[in-house]
Amino acid sequence: MNPTTAVTATSRVQTLDWSAALKDAGLAGLVALLLTLPLVGLRTIEVQSRLTVEPHLAEVALTALLVFLGRLGLTLAAAGLARPVLAAATLALAAGWVLPFPTEALRVLMVIGALVVALRALWALHRRHDRLSQQERDRRMDHLGARFQDATRLIGPAAVMLAVALPFLPFADRATLDLGILLLTYIMLGWGLNIVVGLAGLLDLGYVAFYAVGAYSYALLAQTFGFSFWLCLPLAGLLASFAGVMLGFPVLRLRGDYFAIVTLGFGEIVRIILLNWANFTGGPNGIAGIPRPSFFGIADFTAAPEPGRLAFHQLFGLQYTPLHRIIFLYYLILALALLVNLFTLRIRRLPLGRAWEALREDDIACTALGINRTTIKLAAFAIAAMFGGIAGSFFATRQGFISPESFSFIESAIILAIVVLGGMGSQIGVVIATLLVIGLPEVFRDLAQYRMLTFGAGMVLIMLWRPRGLLAHREPTLLLHPRQSAFRRQAEAGGRP
Amino acid sequence: MNRNPDDGEPLLAVDHLSMRFGGLVAVNDVSFAARDRQITAIIGPNGAGKTTVFNCLTGFYAPSVGRLTVSHSGQRWWLERMEAHRIAGAARVARTFQNVRLFGGMSVLENLIVAQHIKLMRASGFTLAGLLGLPVYRRAERAAVELARYWLDRVGLVDVADWQAGNLPYGAQRRLEIARAMCSEPRLLCLDEPAAGLNPRESADLSQLLTFIRDHHRIGVLLIEHDMSVVMAISDHLVVLDYGRKISEGPPAVVRHDPAVIRAYLGEDEDESESEDRADG
Repeated sequence: MNPTTAVTATSRVQTLDWSAALKDAGLAGLVALLLTLPLVGLRTIEVQSRLTVEPHLAEVALTALLVFLGRLGLTLAAAGLARPVLAAATLALAAGWVLPFPTEALRVLMVIGALVVALRALWALHRRHDRLSQQERDRRMDHLGARFQDATRLIGPAAVMLAVALPFLPFADRATLDLGILLLTYIMLGWGLNIVVGLAGLLDLGYVAFYAVGAYSYALLAQTFGFSFWLCLPLAGLLASFAGVMLGFPVLRLRGDYFAIVTLGFGEIVRIILLNWANFTGGPNGIAGIPRPSFFGIADFTAAPEPGRLAFHQLFGLQYTPLHRIIFLYYLILALALLVNLFTLRIRRLPLGRAWEALREDDIACTALGINRTTIKLAAFAIAAMFGGIAGSFFATRQGFISPESFSFIESAIILAIVVLGGMGSQIGVVIATLLVIGLPEVFRDLAQYRMLTFGAGMVLIMLWRPRGLLAHREPTLLLHPRQSAFRRQAEAGGRP
Repeated sequence: MNRNPDDGEPLLAVDHLSMRFGGLVAVNDVSFAARDRQITAIIGPNGAGKTTVFNCLTGFYAPSVGRLTVSHSGQRWWLERMEAHRIAGAARVARTFQNVRLFGGMSVLENLIVAQHIKLMRASGFTLAGLLGLPVYRRAERAAVELARYWLDRVGLVDVADWQAGNLPYGAQRRLEIARAMCSEPRLLCLDEPAAGLNPRESADLSQLLTFIRDHHRIGVLLIEHDMSVVMAISDHLVVLDYGRKISEGPPAVVRHDPAVIRAYLGEDEDESESEDRADG
């Protein structure tokens, strides 16, 4: 890069501080060096049944260099040197394919890095004069969110119709339905947690505890007393909401971070009790052979029913296929998830739901208006726990086997990520976030080791790009002037009164 | 300005209220009364303990010593023993805050509906009837919206009823907070510096609004205010605090000539109008 062209190119936009750019890139390279040195640079290998450390210093140096160049490219592209950076990045992109690399990972790093830099440069070229402030960007994204929210009036029913029709579509095989069930389970959990986190604004990091209580309630009730699934489902919900109240009483005095930490602890306590109370819960071995649900108690999903019982395919005069049960489970979770959604949509328009949202906005003002914070929070907790418990008992009957492993903290984190990514309190946001968080990694299961990497990268990107979640727009639940949506009135007035 | 002096039991009686924070005595043995259909103003220099009195009244602090009695509708409540939400809900004491506390992410109308929570919660059968969509609840909600519309009209915010409350300009947020407190249908309205940050025109509007509330809704208003133009114009009764003690009490015309007040608050040996102006800041 010729310094004179650099000056002419940047004089229009802003002067480029070369030493700062180099220092910044050098720092990034140093961080990369420090990180890769122990992780990549030193590898333990087995030589004749002995472990030895093998240095990979070339890879470390190359990684640091690539990070240095990439960071420099990003800085320069932002500082007005977009065109030369774009050329260099394209060159690097091409070179990445042909150059010999010591490992494939480095090749991937180079290609992806060059691609990111090139995209950044293209973006800088595209809107050189249009540097938006964070606030302006937020407003635009909110605008977009509002447009999308308007569109959900159509998208929502269409998505439900698609979900209902899915088992009868030609491409619907066992794998698709299983994925559908998995997605719907998480959607239900997301919607359930949305009540506590999105509406009431209580950061609950232990939601999976209620999922576990529901699952074990069903498994134990069904195995010990022989209760049917249809009796256990509400019972499991009840027990889970009881657990929610039990947790709620001591915890709800806490606020913010402290609250989050205690719920996290509660989630772990439940898991550890399940693990250690072996003669009740089966301990780490879990519970196997959990009864499958019947067709509303009328018929079973088996090829050859027990004497005196009816089989589903006999009832409807169909050919027996194991898919029947999967389809039934799919519809069951779809109905349960939609029930939660319906409940939330409805409760938002009721005093209880409005009080939750008010609590999220300002709990002191709530108290000053005579709202009893404790009961309101307890209600949110109990209701969300109930839905979690119902989802849990569905999980138990679908899997047929449960163990404490299924209820680790990472599950809570994933459900929370779904709610936060979707945009706190947004119902359709939860669906989209579930598709992203659960759906994409499932679809790209073949990419094995890069799966979680892309998941993490996606999370970081969304946090940078939309810190309030994908669809963080909120429509009022009640309008005084119903003809126009509030958002449009505000947009027309330019967002300022 | 001594309109119908009510000789019966006062709406609010504060007896020997003291509040200590460790070694600091923020309020020291203060007694006063606030009557129904009167505006009672608490004034005093910064740090005199005015907001502490408010926080004791509304249950945000538990007073160290003292009795706070609210009596209306033939009943009596001892506020020092009640939880904050019961003070608002049962004793019907509503308050606003020095730094406006609205539900910023919710719409203006929703703010006013949340203020009617207790009434609506009962009408919705504690959510059950509401979930089923029974007409009882729908009627109650319509009535709540009408009450909200009435107060929006009073404070001039009808046009922006569907806006996010957080997007309103500051003066409008202040008015909305008063409207929200009134929507909870209080018997005693406590306002913590409602004129802070308002321009003279807005202050005049505020004075009008407060006298309207007193005269037409026939409730008691308790006011902390620094803006002397508002205080002197509308209050029926003044309580002056300094360093946590009550140094004077009475109608504005009397208090403004009380040497103790002039010494402690308005400054010594100065022309009255001048010192009033100074107190404005």
